[in-house]
Amino acid sequence: MKLHEYQSKFLFREFGIPVPLGKVAATAEQAFEIASSSGGVVVIKAQVHVGGRGKAGGVKVARNAAEARQYAQEILGMDIKGLRVDKVLVDPGADIKQEIYLAITNDRSAGKPLIMTSMEGGMDIEELNRQRPEAIVREHIDPFAGLQDFQMTYIASAMGLPRAQWRGFGKILRGLYQCYCESDAELAEINPLVITAEGVLLAVDGKVIIDENALFRQPALVERRDTSGEPESERLAREAGITYIKLEGQIGCMVNGAGLAMTTMDMTKLYGDADGIGPANFLDIGGGATPEQVAAALRIILSDSNVKSVLFNIFGGITRCDEVANGILTAYNEVEPSVPMVIRLQGTNAAAGNRIISEARIPNLISADTLTEAAQRAVAAVKEQA
Amino acid sequence: MSILIDQSAKVLVQGITGRQGGFHAKLMLEYGTDVVGGVTPGKGGEWFEGKPVFDTMRSAVETTNADVSLVTVPARFAADAVMEAADAGIRLVICLTEHIPVADMMRTLEFCRRRATRLIGPNCPGVMTPGQAKVGIIPAMVAMPGNVGVVSKSGTLTYEVGFAMKNAGIGISTIVGIGGDPVIGTTFVEVLEMFENDPETEKVALLGEIGGSAEIVAADYIKNAMTKPVAAFIAGRSAPPGKRMGHAGAIVDGGEGSAEEKIQALEVAGARVAANPEEIPGLLA
Repeated sequence: MKLHEYQSKFLFREFGIPVPLGKVAATAEQAFEIASSSGGVVVIKAQVHVGGRGKAGGVKVARNAAEARQYAQEILGMDIKGLRVDKVLVDPGADIKQEIYLAITNDRSAGKPLIMTSMEGGMDIEELNRQRPEAIVREHIDPFAGLQDFQMTYIASAMGLPRAQWRGFGKILRGLYQCYCESDAELAEINPLVITAEGVLLAVDGKVIIDENALFRQPALVERRDTSGEPESERLAREAGITYIKLEGQIGCMVNGAGLAMTTMDMTKLYGDADGIGPANFLDIGGGATPEQVAAALRIILSDSNVKSVLFNIFGGITRCDEVANGILTAYNEVEPSVPMVIRLQGTNAAAGNRIISEARIPNLISADTLTEAAQRAVAAVKEQA
Repeated sequence: MSILIDQSAKVLVQGITGRQGGFHAKLMLEYGTDVVGGVTPGKGGEWFEGKPVFDTMRSAVETTNADVSLVTVPARFAADAVMEAADAGIRLVICLTEHIPVADMMRTLEFCRRRATRLIGPNCPGVMTPGQAKVGIIPAMVAMPGNVGVVSKSGTLTYEVGFAMKNAGIGISTIVGIGGDPVIGTTFVEVLEMFENDPETEKVALLGEIGGSAEIVAADYIKNAMTKPVAAFIAGRSAPPGKRMGHAGAIVDGGEGSAEEKIQALEVAGARVAANPEEIPGLLA
């Protein structure tokens, strides 16, 4: 779960990390008032869950309150990579002398928390990692011992941080580690952490991503979830306990298991790409799906008007194909889809399942034996409608 | 021979009185696995299919001399269950549970390392040595004994490939489902190394997916240290970046972990990479 910049910085503040004392505005008038009371230069920043806000015109520096109102007017309602801007952060400006990158993340390979920091902050860390990986200092943290003082000294000296900043930086690093641990973050990032003209450290931008699997013990953070950028169909699926991700293609996919669901998508693209045909969604129905769940999933798939055929790919292990076949028929009768459906049942009780489907004699049901055949038939069904 | 488990494995099921745990414990017994008992705190002294149930792993291991444990308990209790097994001296812990917080897993993994316990998973289908034993939920029908080792991040995709191999008359030495979470106990490279050293494994099938860099590291190992041929498939070529595809670890992030880079690395390493998983048996023939 992603937090907005303002949410991340408010969270940092709770852990003693110095941040600009800005406020959030939903209207241009509010932005004007915040800028008036803060006085001087302010920065107006779009709050959307997407990178590259600055390049898209979502970040502007205003010299006074009147400019703040004008820029807020321009940014609010703006579309940035498909997301509408509903809120802006109005931050007091800072006189920046140096930009630092600082983040703590889960290192998948080592299975430990990893600190990454660089004196070349401000830019995208992936870009920096590609161009100058040697400019990034990396340090793992022992998950039992936690962050140690000697590690902070090592990091500060290895990155070439001016000695005058070591104390302040150490406090921020400790606060960020505490924030990362207590919030179950998979990423806690300050970019940039700046040294101002007055020689003060300040977290000017922040990004925190919370581990979805830990949300059960983070009730205060769950309340901050912003679902405004989430497609309606994905919200419905989440509420029905189905993993669904909307894509741009024409073939609706219903599969049991995440790896096989991705594979099924890949197969529609493998055989359809030459004709501009591909998957309309990722959908994992899970193990032991009930007819009700199959029906719910089918409704969600068909709510996408791009869908021209549906591909069921079920590998029955513990799941029995005859039960899945009955579920599909129940769902079919309830939802009455008008698009062709290709059904491939393999594994436990596959023969019985296929018999149930073929005996139902439904005109736009197409059966297939192998995944290859199923994908090819789903592609052909889309082509026939073109 | 085989890797990780054979017919001599003595297995405990943590959560044996639960719906999932009990269901799969029965299937494991039917398969011929030596399930010697189970653990459910508060239910010690009961019996399950003629096998004793214990309150703690310590008492279960003392009584049964079990060396392998299967964790089937819900996510909130799973990290504790894995550590309990490691603390009781279990050699191999296989954790099926999905949705365990990563922070818990990092601590658990470190705990296991300090006790020299091998962890497989979490969020995995388990391990099966066809004809000998299975620990987990891999269906018996998807594989027959043979000499191809299979290592995979996903469940049903593995069944699909195992089944296609069986239909083509190709048997399997051991199937290892390593799991689809970001932080897992045993990686592709560790399993490849075991297969490389296993005299009964002649070839290997590796089933990976988008996210992280484990397949890239595996490609390096294949290139530098492996003598046995490898066939591979990487799921997620059509997945858009920035979206988590079901598995917690399956996400292309900041341009890293894409199917293309993994496929390229594996091909450079000399592995035969299939565009379609149904081509895997052909690549192993």
